Amino acid sequence: MTKLQELSALVEKGKRNDVKALTQVLVSEGVKPLVIVEQGLVPGMAAIGEKFKSNEVFVPEMLVAARAMKEAMIVLEPLLALAGIKPKHTAVIGTVQGDLHDIGKNLVVMMLKGANFGIIDLGTNVSPGKFVDAIKGGGIDIVALSALLTTTMPAMRDAVAALRAPDLPPVKIMVGGAPITHEFAREIGADGYSADAASAVDLAVSLTAGAAGW
Amino acid sequence: MKYTRLAIDNPHDLTFGLAPRPLTTRSGMVIGGGTVYPELNFTLPSLHICKETLPEVCGHYREIISGALTRASELDAPGVVIEFETLPPMTEFPEWGLEIVKILLDGMAKEAAATGLKSVLRVTPNDNREFERPPLMRRGRYWDNMLKLFEDSAAAGAELLSIESVGGKELHDDALVNGNLPASLFSLCILGARDMEFLWTNLNGIAKRHGVVCAGDTACGFGNTAMVLAEKKMIPRVFASVVRAVSAVRSLVAYECGAVGPGKDCGYENPILKAITGFPMAMEGKTAACAHMSPMGNLAAATCDTWSNESVQNIKLLGGMAPTCYMEQLIYDCRLMNCARGEGPASARHLQRWMVQSDAYLDPQAFILSPEAAVELARAIVACPTPYLAGVAVARRAIALLREGHAAKKVRIAAREIGWLDLMEQSLDELPSDENAFIEEQLALADRTKFLPQEYGLPAYS
Repeated sequence: MTKLQELSALVEKGKRNDVKALTQVLVSEGVKPLVIVEQGLVPGMAAIGEKFKSNEVFVPEMLVAARAMKEAMIVLEPLLALAGIKPKHTAVIGTVQGDLHDIGKNLVVMMLKGANFGIIDLGTNVSPGKFVDAIKGGGIDIVALSALLTTTMPAMRDAVAALRAPDLPPVKIMVGGAPITHEFAREIGADGYSADAASAVDLAVSLTAGAAGW
Repeated sequence: MKYTRLAIDNPHDLTFGLAPRPLTTRSGMVIGGGTVYPELNFTLPSLHICKETLPEVCGHYREIISGALTRASELDAPGVVIEFETLPPMTEFPEWGLEIVKILLDGMAKEAAATGLKSVLRVTPNDNREFERPPLMRRGRYWDNMLKLFEDSAAAGAELLSIESVGGKELHDDALVNGNLPASLFSLCILGARDMEFLWTNLNGIAKRHGVVCAGDTACGFGNTAMVLAEKKMIPRVFASVVRAVSAVRSLVAYECGAVGPGKDCGYENPILKAITGFPMAMEGKTAACAHMSPMGNLAAATCDTWSNESVQNIKLLGGMAPTCYMEQLIYDCRLMNCARGEGPASARHLQRWMVQSDAYLDPQAFILSPEAAVELARAIVACPTPYLAGVAVARRAIALLREGHAAKKVRIAAREIGWLDLMEQSLDELPSDENAFIEEQLALADRTKFLPQEYGLPAYS
């Protein structure tokens, strides 16, 4: 097992202190920070994500792994910044206006971070204008919208319409939440729909790769 | 803790349709007096709620109440409870909520005049306090408007006051997804219990002013969130079950502050509360499948006094509008229970046994809410002097019941969940017995950006 593979395994197990220590070793041995992220940390999170999808572990175990990855990122982020390296993709995420539900959204955030997405989390009760402000400056690949109430589905429609304004940079929009369906997502002009947090990451990855969300 | 002994200490007496302290409504329904009543709840289809759409919103509620009550009369319902659970804008703008309250009361009065149908309105304003982050729990426009809707609704004739209050939820969601039982205890038994006392003391004042009653609260945002996360395989079912048991401590505070039932339908912890207080309880189960999955569709009815559908959108089904169809389903469920009750205790017990046995083995949460387990959990709560100690005690008892039930093959627990019983027990073992020490410990760990301790009567800084 290489040290990067060992790092992946430690992330998967959520061994926070060991992950941090091994990351420091790898850095001191001259391994490039981006390589540590892409070949050590991300595969570890992907592995625990797969276990979650196949019902072998629960969310708390995934969060332990995510915290372990975060420890490594505390070591790596300054080095990445120094080298001018940013996450390949950045997602803006929020629960739409009038809606305060955020457990599902937070899980998507955690899993997207695990897949090395840069995240701008706008929180809950986010107006269309706030979503627009977040993408105005460019550099955003994905906007992810969540709604859990039937009565806030119209707010999701409004947000998508606002984000499609011709003067704004193009972004891929993905939506989710208990009352949301494929049909509704298509109708309001989203690029993709996911039924749960785990598949949201797959969707985000495929959308950023240029694939269609349907 | 106000309750130091059980109102029902024999599981055989913890049953549907009968409560030691029944409630008689103005229309003459006796809830908990031997008859189970249907309780209908409904919501809007996808529709933006604003001043411009208010006529359309009101039209939906007129259609709902007219259709549902006509069906209730056609099917000779002995009486119905109508629950109006507001949507956030209807509490934020209490005049909108009040307009709908009046529409519903008008529909109920018309049906009573036409057919003699007895009914009572439960009003459940949405708890908007969490729209402010961190929430202001005791002041501010969300608090003021919520109380105004309670006050105006009670004055208009809404006889049962309820809420799904959110005190403590701002930390509890994280506790759930992290599988953190001490943090759950802090949210439910320290923050939640304090907020409940403040809130329900205020609501009791409103009820007294208008001659109506405080019905009860629910740990929906806590226990039901846990239950749904467990159903989605995000957290262990045994963890959700223990959280449910602890949630009873929080919900109990409403009764300590004057509520008299029927407890709110989505409080799956209600069997425990019925055993403690003797007040009637609403429950929901299989007929709430329109709103969410539950692992105890039959068992939930075993101790109910009103039988609810939780919430259904006003959409068209083949049999009519959905609330009308659900009214029919609820009425038939109630007929069956009332028929069994009418045949005498043996028949009622027989039906109850089927309700319990059909669900209890299959799910830990169903198992701990069976009448036998609910009485045990209730006993653990009333033996303690404070909500914190009661929370710890009921968590321990729930874990013990699950272990015993699993060993006796009375409840199925997935192999990967067994270790969680040990983890939870270990976390309880590490808790201080002193409440102040526990609070200090949790305040040091809690995300202070998410809540304001002073809003719960705790020191702002420690």
